[in-house]
Amino acid sequence: MGDNYCKDILETEGLAIGYKQKRSEDLCLLSDLNLTICRGELVCLLGPNGSGKSTLMRTIAGLQAPLKGKTLVEGKPIRERNFGEIARLLSIVLTERLQVGNLSVYHIVSLGRHPYTSWMGRLSEKDESMIKWALEQVGLWQYANKFINQLSDGERQRVMIAKALAQDTPLIMLDEPTAHLDLPNRVEIMRLLRSLAKETDKAILLSTHELDLALQAADLIWLMSKNQDLRIGAPEDLVLSGSIEDTFKNKSFNFDRKSGNFIMNYQKKETIQVVGNDVMGFWTQRALSREGYQVTCEATGNCAIHLIEDKREWEIHRNGKITTCKNIQELLLGLKSS
Amino acid sequence: MQNKTKILLFVSLFVLIAVFLIADLILGSVKIPSDKILAILMGEDVKASWNYIILNFRLPKAFTAILVGAGLSVSGLMMQTLFRNPLAGPYVLGISSGASLGVALMVMASVLLPGVFGVVYSFLGSWALVVAAIVGASIIFVIIGMASIRISDSVSLLIIGIMFGSITGAVVNILQYFSDPEQLQSFIVWTFGSLSGVAWTEMQLMAPVVVIGLLMSFVLIKPLDALLLGENYARGVGISVNRTRTWVIISTALVAGTLTAFTGPIAFIGVAVPHMARAIFGTASHKVLLPAVVLIGAALMLVCDILSQVPGNQTTLPINSVTAIFGGPVVIWVIVRSRSVKASFS
Repeated sequence: MGDNYCKDILETEGLAIGYKQKRSEDLCLLSDLNLTICRGELVCLLGPNGSGKSTLMRTIAGLQAPLKGKTLVEGKPIRERNFGEIARLLSIVLTERLQVGNLSVYHIVSLGRHPYTSWMGRLSEKDESMIKWALEQVGLWQYANKFINQLSDGERQRVMIAKALAQDTPLIMLDEPTAHLDLPNRVEIMRLLRSLAKETDKAILLSTHELDLALQAADLIWLMSKNQDLRIGAPEDLVLSGSIEDTFKNKSFNFDRKSGNFIMNYQKKETIQVVGNDVMGFWTQRALSREGYQVTCEATGNCAIHLIEDKREWEIHRNGKITTCKNIQELLLGLKSS
Repeated sequence: MQNKTKILLFVSLFVLIAVFLIADLILGSVKIPSDKILAILMGEDVKASWNYIILNFRLPKAFTAILVGAGLSVSGLMMQTLFRNPLAGPYVLGISSGASLGVALMVMASVLLPGVFGVVYSFLGSWALVVAAIVGASIIFVIIGMASIRISDSVSLLIIGIMFGSITGAVVNILQYFSDPEQLQSFIVWTFGSLSGVAWTEMQLMAPVVVIGLLMSFVLIKPLDALLLGENYARGVGISVNRTRTWVIISTALVAGTLTAFTGPIAFIGVAVPHMARAIFGTASHKVLLPAVVLIGAALMLVCDILSQVPGNQTTLPINSVTAIFGGPVVIWVIVRSRSVKASFS
C-alpha cells in the first residue's frame, strides 16, 4: 500500500519489548517490531496469557521503556515527550474498574480534556462541545449528570471510551476493554469501537481475549504467541494460514477453521448418524459432540437420529426400536438409557 | 446536586463560621459583654484586662482554631485522595510522630544530657518546643520525601510512613520510660493539643506558612481530580503522578508539620472533615471538596474550641479530646445517613 493511499498514525521502528534486569541479560519478549496502524483502522492484539500483550501495549503507550527502537504517533516519537504531550497523541482505556463513585459521568469525561486546559482546569466552550460530542458518540449524553456508581459495567466502560474520545487523540488504546462484561455488552463495545474507527478516522488498538469478536470486528489482527513471535494479517488470512490454530493449540480443544470457533475435545464414544441438516441439526450435533458422540451423516448401523422438523421432535432409531423425544435434553437421556 | 444548592451551602458555611467566631470571642472564663467586645475589636480602649483578654488571648486562639481546622482538613483530604484510603489523614506519613519525637527529646532528654539541652533551652526560650517539633517533623519529611522519589507506588509509601510512625513512637516510649514524672507530664500535656499557645508573635510564622500550604493545595485541584480515576488513568490524561505526589507531600508536611509544632498533634479533624464534606456536598470533585473542607474544618474547630471552655468554669478541656468526643458522633451520624463514603472509596 502506498503512502497516498494509507496514512499511518502509529509506527514502531525496530521496537524491542521486554524487561531490563539488573544482574542478568535483559528479558526480551519480542524484537524488531515494525508495526503500523493506519487512519480509521481497528487493530486487535490477540494472544494467550503471558505472551506479552500488556508489555507491548505499555511500551507503545510510553509507560514502559523499550529495550530498543521507538514508537511514533503521527511521526512524533513517544518516549521523548512528557505525560502532557503524550496525552494529546494517545488516550488509554483500561480493564480496571473505577474505584470512585461520587463523580458525575460528565466530570469523568471532562478529565479527558485535561491535556488542553489550564492549571485551573477550566473548561472552554470547545472543551464542553467535545465532551458533549464524545458522550453522544457512545450514546450516554442523557446520563451526563448521573453518578458513575449508578451505571452498569458496560455503561461505565462506554464512559471511559467517551473520556478517550474527548481527549481528541489520533490513537486510542484499550487494554482488554471487554474483560468483565456480559456477551451483549462485549458485542456492543466492539461494534462501537469499529464504527468509531471508521467514522472518526482514528486508529484504535485494543488487546483482547475475545477471539471470535476480534475475528469479526478487526481490520487487522496482531497475533502474539508464546514462542516470541508476532503475526500480522487480516483475521481471515490468519485463520486460513493456520496461525490462529497454532497459537491457541491445546490438548483439550481445537480451533475449527470452518466455523471460526473453538471445539472442545471430548472423549469419543460411539458414532451416531444424524438425519436432517439445518439449524436444528446443527444444535443437535453440538449437543451430541458435547456428550462425546461422533456425529456423521452416513448410516452407521448401530444408531441414528431423525429430526422431525415441523413437529420439533427427535426420533432415536436403535436396533429397530424408535423412541420419540420432545427436546434435546430428553434426547440425550434417551441415548444413555437405550 | 444543583449548583444553586452548593452555593447556598457555601454561603451558610460562611455564616456559620462568622457566628461561631463571635461566640468563641464572647464565651470564656471571664465574662465580657458582647457590645464591649465589639468596641474592643473596633480599637476602643474599654478596660485594660478585657482588652488584653480579647486581643491577645481569644482572638489569636480563634484564628488558630480556623487555621488548624482548615489546614488539617485540606491535608487529610489530599492524603485520602493520594493513597485512595478513607483512613488516611495528615499524620499518616508520620509527620506528627516526627514532631512528637522532637518535643519528647527536648522535654525529656534534658535529664539525660542536661548540659546540651540546658543551653538550647535557655537560648530558644518559649520557642524551644516549636523548634523541636519543626526539626522532628522536617527530618521525617525529608526521609519520606526521598522515599517518594525512589518508590513509585503509593501503597509502599503509605506503609513506609506508618513504619516510621511506629519507630518514632517506640523511641518516644523509651524516652517516657526513663523520664521524671514532671517532664512526662509536660510532654503529655503537649500531646493533648492546645490552641492557646499561639500568641501574635508565633502567629506571624504559623499563619503565612499554613496559608502558603493551602494555596499550594488549590493549585493541585486538577491533578487530584485526575488521581480519582487511579494512577494509570491519571498518567493517561497527562498528569505526572510522581510530581503530584511530591507536591502533595510537601504541602501536607508544611501545613501539618507547622500546625503540630504550634498546637500539638490534633488528631481526628484531618480524617473526619473530608468525609463530612463528601457527605454534605455529595461529590468527589476537588473543585468543590477543597473549599468545602476549608470551611467545614474551620467551623468544626471553632465549635470544638467553644466546647473546650467548660461554661461557667475555669477549666479548659484538652482540645484533642474535645474534637474526638464531640466530633466523632457527628461524623458517625453523617456517614450512617449518607453512605457516600462507600461510594467514594468503593
